[in-house]
Amino acid sequence: MTLHYTTTAKLLHWLMAVLLIGLLALGFYMHDLPLSPLKLKLYAWHKWAGVTAFLLCVLRLGWRFTHRPPALPAGMARALQMAAHAGHALLYALMLAIPLSGWLMSSAKGFQTVVFGVLPLPDLLGPNPALADTLQTLHFGLNLLLVAVIVAHLGAALKHHFVDRDDILRRMLPRLQKEPRS
Amino acid sequence: MRTLAAILTLACLLPMSGQAAEYKQLVADKSSIHFGYKQMGVAMNGRFTRFSAELAVDPAQPAKARARIEIDLASIDTGSAEADQEVAGKLWFNTRTYPRASFVAHSIKPVGANRYEVAGTLSIKGRSAEIVAPASFSSQGALGAFDGSFSFKRSDFAIGEGPWAAFDAVANDIQVKFHLVTQAGK
Repeated sequence: MTLHYTTTAKLLHWLMAVLLIGLLALGFYMHDLPLSPLKLKLYAWHKWAGVTAFLLCVLRLGWRFTHRPPALPAGMARALQMAAHAGHALLYALMLAIPLSGWLMSSAKGFQTVVFGVLPLPDLLGPNPALADTLQTLHFGLNLLLVAVIVAHLGAALKHHFVDRDDILRRMLPRLQKEPRS
Repeated sequence: MRTLAAILTLACLLPMSGQAAEYKQLVADKSSIHFGYKQMGVAMNGRFTRFSAELAVDPAQPAKARARIEIDLASIDTGSAEADQEVAGKLWFNTRTYPRASFVAHSIKPVGANRYEVAGTLSIKGRSAEIVAPASFSSQGALGAFDGSFSFKRSDFAIGEGPWAAFDAVANDIQVKFHLVTQAGK
């Protein structure tokens, strides 16, 4: 019998999966565009989506701390269990750090973040081109790390499903009708 | 009645009598011209670093005042090198053909103690429009500062053509704030 994540945890997981992949693709695409109204719009949308992802991550952490996720399979090697926990911790850290670095970078570049064009976030930093460049490198580097960790996360899920043949992947998927409720 | 009118007139003139100096020379490094606009709902601002002025303004005799301000548009500082380059281009200021914007005052009306209403012609990119700018005057030693602001629509001057002509990314309203420090001259 598969021990499933809660519906809320699944919903947050897949919503964020879609959002993060979209944000990554948009971020890599818009960066090299020549200045145009479209570029300004894409940057604004990227920021709004980034703020949304950050808030969803906070919500998700709150849910995670109050709802114990199903335990890893008992047969899993201790080192691999530790690696899985470390990987998840790193994903959460990046999901918080990346939008924060983007927000600070925006302020340092002199572009305030106004969520959905109506809710202005305070600028913690004043305009500072040198600091903006550093923060841009940080934002970029953290995202490269995120891509690497997502690839590892995906690889691990597929390995569990197809090689170890355990229920790790299935418990994050929608419940199949035939399965009894746990 | 005539006496009362005379007293009132005198009372109105008195506060200005201490400043019977004509301000002619712009102190460029103490002056500033800033602008503001909205981009994707975000308030942005910038400034021009090079401008000049031909002035002859006696705050006590505003009717006789003359003022002409010229801005070197290539000196724009939007806070981003990419944007500075973009707005110098054809679609925005087209600084190669129209290097300067100018404002020529044709009427300066007192509207209160050290407050004036400056009406004049704003010319940018070969187009002109009449604007009215409230301004105030304050003096400190030999220096006199004129502070004021006005707004205009960038579409009136074809600032931002082609893909920029819509106001979805960059708003139409532009606010200008000037702080012109001048020196009294003979």
